[in-house]
This record gives sequence, C-alpha cells and structure tokens, in this order.
Amino acid sequence: MKVFIQNGHLVDPRQGIDGICDIYIEGGRIQKVRKKKNPAVRSARLPGYRVIDAAGMYVLPGLIDLHVHLREPGYEYKETIRTGTEAAARGGFTAVCCMPNTRPVNDNASVTEFILSRARNEGTCTVLPIGAISKGQKGEELAEFTLMHEAGCVAFSDDGRPVMDSLLMRRALEYSRVHDLPIISHCEDLALAGGGVMNEGLLSVTLGLRGIPAQAEEIMVSRDISLAELTGGRLHIAHVSTAGSVAAVRAAKKRGLAAVTAETCPHYFSITEEAVREYDANAKVNPPLRRKTDVEAIREGLLDGTIDVIATDHAPHHRDEKEGEFDLAPSGISGLETAVGLAMKLVANGMLSMTTLVEKMAVNPARIVGSGGGTVAPGTDADLVIIDPRREYRVDAEKFASKGRNTPFGGWVLPAVPVATIWKGKVYSWE
Amino acid sequence: MGLKTKDLVGIKGLDRDDIELILETASGFKDVLGRDIKKVPALRGKTTVNLFYEPSTRTRTSFELAAKRLSTDVINISVSTSSIVKGETLQDTALTVQALGADFIIVRHACSGVPHFLAPRLKASVVNAGDGTNEHPTQALLDLFTIREKRGKIEGLDVAIVGDILHSRVAKSNIYALKKLGARVRLIGPPTLVPRELGELGVEIYSDMDRGLEDVDIIMMLRIQMERQGKGFFPSTVEYFRNWGLTKNRADRAKKDAVVMHPGPMNRGVEIASDVADGKRSVILDQVTNGLAVRMAVLYLLGGVRG
Repeated sequence: MKVFIQNGHLVDPRQGIDGICDIYIEGGRIQKVRKKKNPAVRSARLPGYRVIDAAGMYVLPGLIDLHVHLREPGYEYKETIRTGTEAAARGGFTAVCCMPNTRPVNDNASVTEFILSRARNEGTCTVLPIGAISKGQKGEELAEFTLMHEAGCVAFSDDGRPVMDSLLMRRALEYSRVHDLPIISHCEDLALAGGGVMNEGLLSVTLGLRGIPAQAEEIMVSRDISLAELTGGRLHIAHVSTAGSVAAVRAAKKRGLAAVTAETCPHYFSITEEAVREYDANAKVNPPLRRKTDVEAIREGLLDGTIDVIATDHAPHHRDEKEGEFDLAPSGISGLETAVGLAMKLVANGMLSMTTLVEKMAVNPARIVGSGGGTVAPGTDADLVIIDPRREYRVDAEKFASKGRNTPFGGWVLPAVPVATIWKGKVYSWE
Repeated sequence: MGLKTKDLVGIKGLDRDDIELILETASGFKDVLGRDIKKVPALRGKTTVNLFYEPSTRTRTSFELAAKRLSTDVINISVSTSSIVKGETLQDTALTVQALGADFIIVRHACSGVPHFLAPRLKASVVNAGDGTNEHPTQALLDLFTIREKRGKIEGLDVAIVGDILHSRVAKSNIYALKKLGARVRLIGPPTLVPRELGELGVEIYSDMDRGLEDVDIIMMLRIQMERQGKGFFPSTVEYFRNWGLTKNRADRAKKDAVVMHPGPMNRGVEIASDVADGKRSVILDQVTNGLAVRMAVLYLLGGVRG
C-alpha cells in the first residue's frame, strides 16, 4: 500500500530535520521525504495513495522500547505477544525489546525462535528478543549468547533478577564482546534490598512496609560500571531510579566510558513514592518509586545526556495479582500506552525538546541494540508515529490494548497521544 | 458527636477530637466493667467477626469479650498463612464474611495495609487489630487511656518507647497518638531497630538507654520478637538485655512516679526484668483491663456511625 503523510511536523535528528514535511511511503519503505516551503499549500491529489493529513501534528520515527515484558511464553494470562505488540502500536512503538523472564526463560535459541515466530504471525510491531545472561536466569553459568544471537537476540539480560555474582557479570561483559552486544543490567543488591517492597525512608517506616534503600541500586550500578571498565564490554543500565545512579553514570561518561549507556522509565521521572501511600499495588514497581530529589535528578540526567533512553519496563500483571496485600503483589507497571503521553508532559513543561524525546525513544535505542530504525530516511522501513499535541488523553486502563491494567496513572490527563502508528508501511490508527 | 468514618484502620487517620471521644467513651465502659453485671445491650443483634490471619490470643480475646459485653454475636475465624498462599483471595474471604452478615470485621494480618485495602471495599466496619509493621490502633488507645488514668494527663509528659521500633505496630500507633495529644516521645533501642527517619516526626532517638530514660514519666517496653534473632539486628538476647533490658536500676532513672508499660506478651529476662514487670511501677495488667473498655468504646462508636 502507498501512504502519503502531508504537512506533519517531522522531527528526525538523524537526518537533521525539524520542520513541516510530506512523506511518501511505498512497499513498506520510505520513498521520499520532502520539506515543505509553504505548509499552507495542500499537496496535489495523489492517485493510489492513502492520504493522512498530519497538519498540526508531530511525525516521528517509530519509537523503540528497549525494555518490555511480553510474558509469552508462560504467562499468557498477564500478556501475550499479540496483546503486548498491540499495546506497543497504540503507544507509538514500532519495535519492542522483550525481556527473557518468561516460562521457560528465553535462555536458548529455541525459545527465541518461538517468540519470533509468534511475533511474525500475530505481532503488530517488530519484536527484538533479549536473551538471558545466565541459564535459567539463575546467575550461575552463561547462556548460549552466540546461538541466541543467531536466532535473533539483540542483547542479553537477566532482568528481574540481578547478576549477584560479580565474576559471572565480568564473564558476561567479556563474552558478549564476541558479537558486540550490550549486557543490560538490572542493578539491585538483593541482600541490601532485604526483601523490600518500596523505597526506604520515612514513608516506608510509617506505612510499615519494608524499604529498599537507593544504595541497593547504586552499589550495583557502580559495580557494573567498574566491570565495564575492566572488561571493555558494553553495559546498558536498566531502569535508573535514583539520583546516585545518575551521578555514577554521569561520572563514568565523563571518564570517557563510551560503552556505558543507561535508561530510565516514565514513572521514575513522573511520580514519587507518595503514589504508594494508600497501599496502591499498581504503584509497586522494582526499582521502587523514589523521592522528589531523585525525580529531579533523573530529569536532569535526561536533559544532559547522562540517561540515553526512555524505556517503559512494561510489566503487565493480572488484576487479581495486584488486588490484595501490597506485600504479596508482583512488581511492575503496564507502561506501553502511557509512555508517550508522560514524555510529552515533560515536553509540554519545557523540560525536554521534541528532538531529545526522539533521541531517547527512537535514535538511541536503535543504536544500542543495532536494530535499524530511529529515522525516517528514504529507503528505510516505514516505521513512524504521528502524535497529536493538541489532543489531551485521559488515561483509562480499562481501554488499554494490553492485558495489564496495572497503572498508577489511571485518570491522569496527558497532553498528547499517538493517533497513528505506521509499521513497515501498515497504518494502525485509532481515529 | 461521633467518629467520622465507619472504620478504624489506624491512628494516623484520627484527629485529636476522635481520640478524646474514644477515651471518654471508654471511661464510661470502664465503669460498666467494674459492675457485677458487665454487659450492656448497646449492639444487640449485631455481628462481630474476628478475622485473624495471624495467631493471637490476647488481642482476639479482648476484642471477643468487648464485643460480647456490647451484646453482639461473635465469630472467630483464624486463617493460617499457608492457606492464603493457595487459598482464596483476601477480598473474597472478607466479602464472604460480610455476606454472612458481619457488621464489624476485626482484622489482623501480617501484611501492612490490609485493613486499608478492605475498608473501602466493605460495608461492614473494619477495625485494625494489627497490620504487619504498620499500626495497632486499639493498643495505642488503651495505652493512652492507661497513661491518663495513672497520670491524669498526657499533654506534656515524657514517654520513652523502648525496643524494636522498626517492626512494632504498637510503637508506630503510640508515636502518632502521643504526638497528637501533645506528649514528648523518645525512642530507645539498637540503631538497627530504630529507624533514624522517625526523627523527622519530632521524636528523640537514643541508643543509650540510661540517658534515654532520664526523667521520663512513662516507660513503654516493646516485645522483642524472637524471630529477629539471627537476622543481624542484634547479636544475642544476652547482649540485648545488657543494652536495652529494663532493670530496676534503669527504671529508677525515670521520674519517681514513672510507670512501666508493656503490650504483652512479655519476654522476661530479654526486654524486661521480672522484678520490674511485677514491681510497683508496673501497670501492665491495668493495660489489659483497659483494653476491654477501649475496644468496647471503638465498637460502640463505629456502631453509631453505622446507625
């Protein structure tokens, strides 16, 4: 199908474009991008094209989420590859990297192949699997990086579980150099975290909930940066939640450690631990929501380039699991369908530019996992998202495409919403 | 005049007027308890369910008696922790109990926040009988009642709370309650069990018990949970007693007329020496009696809200 997007405001830092453009799509690829000198002029009718009028809207390269949990295989009651990729498309993502903590764990090529075959048959965006660092995510011996890479894995992580054994982490960072793939680290000193369920501080004490100190994250961030320095391996730090972690990554980059990158998630730059005050398990997430000073430091880190990526850590859970005792509820937020709106809130408040948003949500993720995409350059896959910045979006979890309705943002009004996502030339729109 | 909510989930949500009202009402019920016939028909025809997810003898018995003295029917349900893991959800159990006609659900649970979760989901009045390490509001209310009974006032008193503050729901509720009524609070214990953050609430924190007890009006001891041993909070019960056990000599550092309280059950020789527990300062058994009056007051007042 041929698609013509006219008069949209294209923000494509890789091509140096930030202005009104017409975009021609054919055969699933970008055919032509033409800057408009006079946007008031409507383009001539194009026979055979589906025309999308994007006047007043942003057109961005399709967003790429480095951190999602699609739950399939094994936890289909929480999410499937079909519903997860649909949620991704709704959220403006044309590619998602899925974490390996499925059942069975994605620690070998056959599980990777299963995920990719499901994605081919049922997916509505590109699925880029992340293989486990260790067999069974047990933190004992390395999984088969080469075989998983050949099957399609783009990075390795034991996400959900930290690699507590420093020697194993060293080996992972060394061995992954064979394919120049990143190790994505879930930084948490489990012993120090002490079975905690929220941020440690006055609030955790007065709620009677076990706290996780910021240091449980920061110690491991520092350890992994040291190991990256030791090994020359590529380290990507997942879900940064504390001011101390931001400072550690900033210092590492200042020392010239180009192989260290970091991500944060919308909830860490949007809300604080106050969200759990009424024992709302939808705000239970790991690492936990922190304090205002941390939120500010993370925004600062996004601004100054310390944090390279905004990822969702989309972690859908079943309603029954989140309704009940806070201590017993699993951690995680269903994040794919609120990420753009929350990031656009930073833009609306003048804390982030559209260019920076595209870098954090498309350009940098593509670079880190070497996936292609992140641009609307002619000849590349036609992966784009159209965002209407004039359309407020009221978050209603019951309307999520994701099976996971677990969000602390229910009822929030966000300043913008994706109105169409185009993946390999196919248009998904909700108008 | 009445309480503002149908539930009592914690002291945090009460204001000073609520607390005063409960104490005043309890005072009336204390008189009833001194009579030959200790029962009033105030809540006849109502049903109270003790829904206990943690073993308890004292608190459950106290609530049961309080409810019976108000003429409600009482059912005790003990849910063992192992069966919640594979059994029905908290919400389903609570709704089932309500469907059986419970007007008051007294809940104790090892997880903090359970009464807060249940209260808005139930029509029945939810009373927190201890949730995790969060609150135990009726214990704090009975402690206030006892302090006022013994010292005539609460405002301006110096109260030392000694022991495992971190894990103690009794301590938490007492801190909030005492601050609301204008007492000065000191927390004494090992730094591993006394969170520094509590200083932000305007309490003083001591690890030196001798200094902490100087000139206080009230010494409130907490039970050391034996399961905390071997978790690195303190090296041994012997060393614990050496540092934070209440001996007669230590108790004498407090004011001459200071009283010693303990929510029970006591670990004699671990947090409190027997001669102090049984000594003239001890008001530990008064606390138990007052607990009945206070719990009657709470049920009675919530019954009034429910109409």
